[in-house]
Amino acid sequence: MTAFLLRRIALIVPTLFFVSLLIFGLQQLLPGDPALALAGEERDPSVIAFLREKYHLDQPLPVRYALWLKGVAHGDLGESIRIKRPVSELIAEKLPVTGELAAFAIVIALSIGVPAGIVAAVKNNTPVDYGATIAALWGLSIPNFWLGILLILLFSVRLGWFPASGFVSPAESLRQNLMTLIMPAFVLGNAIAAVMMRHTRSAMLQVLDADYIRTARAKGLPQWRVVLKHALRNALVPVVTLGALEFGALLSGAVLTEQVFTIPGFGKLIVDAVFNRDYAVVQGVVLCTALAYIVLNLLADIAYVAINPRLRA
Amino acid sequence: MTADIAPLLVAAAPERENGERPWQLALHRLWRRKAAVVGFSVVVFFIALAALAPLVSPYDPVATNFLLVRKPPSLLHWFGTDEIGRDVLARMIWGTRASLLAGLVSVSLAMMTGVPLGLVSGYVGSLLDAVVMRLIDAMLAIPFLILAIALAAFLGPSLTNAMIAIGVSQMPIFVRLTRAQVLSVKQEDYVEAARAVGNPHYRILLRHILPNIVPPLLVQATLASAAAIIAEASLSFLGLGQQPPDPSWGSMLNTAKNFLSQAPWMAIWPGLAIFALVLSLNLFGDGLRDALDPRRS
Amino acid sequence: MIRRALLLCAAFLFWATGGAALASAQTLRIGLAEDPDALDPTMSRTFVGRIVFASLCDKLIDISPKLDFVPQLATAWEWTDNNLGLVLKLRPGVKFQDGEPFDAAAVKFNIERHLTLPGSNRKAEISAVKDVQVIDNHTVKLVLSAPFAPLLAQLSDRAGMMVSPKAAQSGGEFSVHPVCAGPYKFVERVAQDRIVLERFGDYWNKEAVHFDRIVFLPIPDSTVRLANLQSGGLDMAERIAATDMDTARQDGRLKTAEITGLGYDAIGINTNNGTRAKTPLGQDPRVREALDLSIDRVALNQVVFNGVFQAGNQWVPPDNPYYDKALPLPARDVAKARHLLQAAGAPNPSFTLMVPTDPEVQRAAQVIQAMAGEAGFTVSIQSVEFAAALQTASAGDYQAFLNGWSGRTDPDGNIYNFVSCKAPAALNSGHYCNQDVDRELDAARTAQTQAERSAHYANVASRTLQERPLIYLWHLKWLYAFNRKLTGFTPYPDGLIRPQGMNLQ
Repeated sequence: MTAFLLRRIALIVPTLFFVSLLIFGLQQLLPGDPALALAGEERDPSVIAFLREKYHLDQPLPVRYALWLKGVAHGDLGESIRIKRPVSELIAEKLPVTGELAAFAIVIALSIGVPAGIVAAVKNNTPVDYGATIAALWGLSIPNFWLGILLILLFSVRLGWFPASGFVSPAESLRQNLMTLIMPAFVLGNAIAAVMMRHTRSAMLQVLDADYIRTARAKGLPQWRVVLKHALRNALVPVVTLGALEFGALLSGAVLTEQVFTIPGFGKLIVDAVFNRDYAVVQGVVLCTALAYIVLNLLADIAYVAINPRLRA
Repeated sequence: MTADIAPLLVAAAPERENGERPWQLALHRLWRRKAAVVGFSVVVFFIALAALAPLVSPYDPVATNFLLVRKPPSLLHWFGTDEIGRDVLARMIWGTRASLLAGLVSVSLAMMTGVPLGLVSGYVGSLLDAVVMRLIDAMLAIPFLILAIALAAFLGPSLTNAMIAIGVSQMPIFVRLTRAQVLSVKQEDYVEAARAVGNPHYRILLRHILPNIVPPLLVQATLASAAAIIAEASLSFLGLGQQPPDPSWGSMLNTAKNFLSQAPWMAIWPGLAIFALVLSLNLFGDGLRDALDPRRS
Repeated sequence: MIRRALLLCAAFLFWATGGAALASAQTLRIGLAEDPDALDPTMSRTFVGRIVFASLCDKLIDISPKLDFVPQLATAWEWTDNNLGLVLKLRPGVKFQDGEPFDAAAVKFNIERHLTLPGSNRKAEISAVKDVQVIDNHTVKLVLSAPFAPLLAQLSDRAGMMVSPKAAQSGGEFSVHPVCAGPYKFVERVAQDRIVLERFGDYWNKEAVHFDRIVFLPIPDSTVRLANLQSGGLDMAERIAATDMDTARQDGRLKTAEITGLGYDAIGINTNNGTRAKTPLGQDPRVREALDLSIDRVALNQVVFNGVFQAGNQWVPPDNPYYDKALPLPARDVAKARHLLQAAGAPNPSFTLMVPTDPEVQRAAQVIQAMAGEAGFTVSIQSVEFAAALQTASAGDYQAFLNGWSGRTDPDGNIYNFVSCKAPAALNSGHYCNQDVDRELDAARTAQTQAERSAHYANVASRTLQERPLIYLWHLKWLYAFNRKLTGFTPYPDGLIRPQGMNLQ
């Protein structure tokens, strides 16, 4: 087990290295001169030259990559050209926001997906199964931004229940914080609910077929007890590990939802940075989210393997 | 975008039940899941619509009429008109092509690059496998939409480039899935037998391994095309999908979202269409998975 | 008994003062269309940044809604030395938000900062200033290297904004905590979320400001911005979408305001920059005239902007004093357009129109495509992301570019850098160059009266409207919607929201 663990941890470094290479290369290939884009409407040539020099935009790619790598080794992720703040500060500011949104979304996903999966498995191949399936799947079948706008128009403008957009930190007001996050978390969680449902249903169906369940039923235990105590407990394991994986993907996949609801998180930060050619921000954020994703993956794999030793081979 | 990564373990050499061949059995099981059948029919309907667009469409989808801007549904224009006077129904019908292409082309690209890579990587193993998997892990670690945005921005805003971007972003999942399947099938007796007999590697891969791992790939392909259609709409939101004046449901929805109070019909139809097609693909994919999983009756 | 009375008195006093305090604890929440860049007047380059500055940083001179210059930090000014010197009398008793006094030395520091700070975006605006002399504590003289009429206009914008020298020299990045002399001082900023300003107690004009706090909330999507306003999350929103104005006007909770802006939107044609200029459109003015005539500007405004914006054909709007009335808006004439194309030997020219990914501009491009199509043009629309578009245009890798210019108070700011031979390549991307036009442009810069300058600009217009390196199409209007309880808001042509006089009931 320790060997497995050590090996996986050791693999994080080359993976991160590839991530950084990939995103660095991709960004530099983006058409458009960032110095020009960030120079100001008058496009003063001296300002453009200044920006090029300050941010090493005139150096060849490998040199820029090496400079950036050196910075990372010292904990300096560079600076946002657009608003002149250190990337590490921006990350420290935005990470909790997206983190909270992601956590909230997972909670919503679990509360929709798991019950739907259970119901679908227990009532397999009946109309209830289909109903639960559709209830969980509809979240995957609607574009995020569209659902978001619909929710805003209904719940903010029409009904006035929730603020249309924006974010209030929990330190300021927990109630306001939840109010600003509930709609975006629902939009995000909806899509994940479908995946949760699928896996719960799958796992439950497998377990429900198993011998020891048949034995329990034969012994005369009531249906719901069988379901909850035995089947669910075993089925939940892959679901939980999947939850960890989804959290990692959520951490960065909230891009569109944050745009629509103006949540100042990672997703919004990175999209704006790509369009503004704010290189350092993109690189820093992607590196962090990749790290988070990899670590969560690792934790999920550990949990999965710890429970199922057969997969270690 | 999320896609299932947990590998499906496929059984050994397919068995025969009741004298039926395995694909007949699968088909039989598929037919019994009504949701999947409905899903499949809807998909077929849209494919037919796309193919017959020139015959079925009442108007030219890019023909403007400045006197009929944002008019509600009427006898002349069953679905109403859009923000510069074009017929919404015509654009919906022609837009089916763009949306279906988004699903089809991206997934084909993802599979054509991902499956061979996964096959080779899983089969050969050792250093090649390690390097490829680190690269794939790296690609998976970058948020899918960011990768797609960066690629689409790099290639330039257009539907084709959006499809390439989505395809490239979906490739890692196919590599992983294929590889996982190859790894589990590699140890099976019939593969060992084939090797013992002296079959060249390529034949083992193509004739013995590949056919047995098709089912989960098929399922993933169906689900991935559903995700690709949503992704095209998402890229349109950022200005990177289908470009004007050509229609696609995603770009129509994106334009319509700013006219929801003045002209809701502009948004309802593309929204419903995306929902119907994507839901159907998801239902069909799920049904396919159930049908192809030999452990369930 | 007495204790009871005292208690009651205390309670009443507590309630009264508390009530008074509550009544004046007012916050104005403004929704912006973008997130501003760094809040440093010397470095800032975005329009929304200027909206924040309108509350944060006072400037030497301000403008009135009619574009006259009015005093702000400077109370009077006059040209001397044959227009090579500008003497400014400064307002006494003004303090910066950190308590430092505002005086001539501070002005000198600021002007020099604008001119010398590396990466300053103001240098090009006031490059005519070669020296700043402190005459006395409240008088300062700007010495110019050549007469420059637009200088006053520049001093009414960011180049005239004054920051506290002590704060600017204290080390660290100034924009992280800007200190100026405006009615509201900086409290905090969360990137892409909000900017919070708080009343500056020692502001020289403090009777005119009524809010305790102003919070700026960037909300890029116009539908979501309006939704926030309608649901009470905002008190005011700028740049409402033209097609949403009807909704806003009909909403009983809201009031609206609008004013024509200073800028324009136009099709810029590559006439002289590289190989892609070698098209019938780029080389033959008759083809460009045909394109101009095939577009119905009034219908374009109606279809795309619900008639809300203003159709235009020059670089200033029709109600601007520098608009040449001898060259009014042309009517659509498809027949004549076709004639011209025949005469030019290109009956069916085709070209690619590069368009940024802004939804309104894209709509306009599609309408242009349809209209020009009737005259025989085949227009293909190429969407380009803004950052890429700038470089593409600079490099001359385009045939036509539909783009806007945000506009400047002085007409020079709307024309010089776009058609002059000496203009930076990034702005005059078509490399249009005509020596006669340049002479008139330079003369307009040095002339001092409006009549003289108008005459020169009329000459520029007659030339450039004939050769059409730019086909001007419309002028956007600044569109505001706000809570009906907000009073005292006056829209200005520069689009800025000035807090003086505004009040929330």
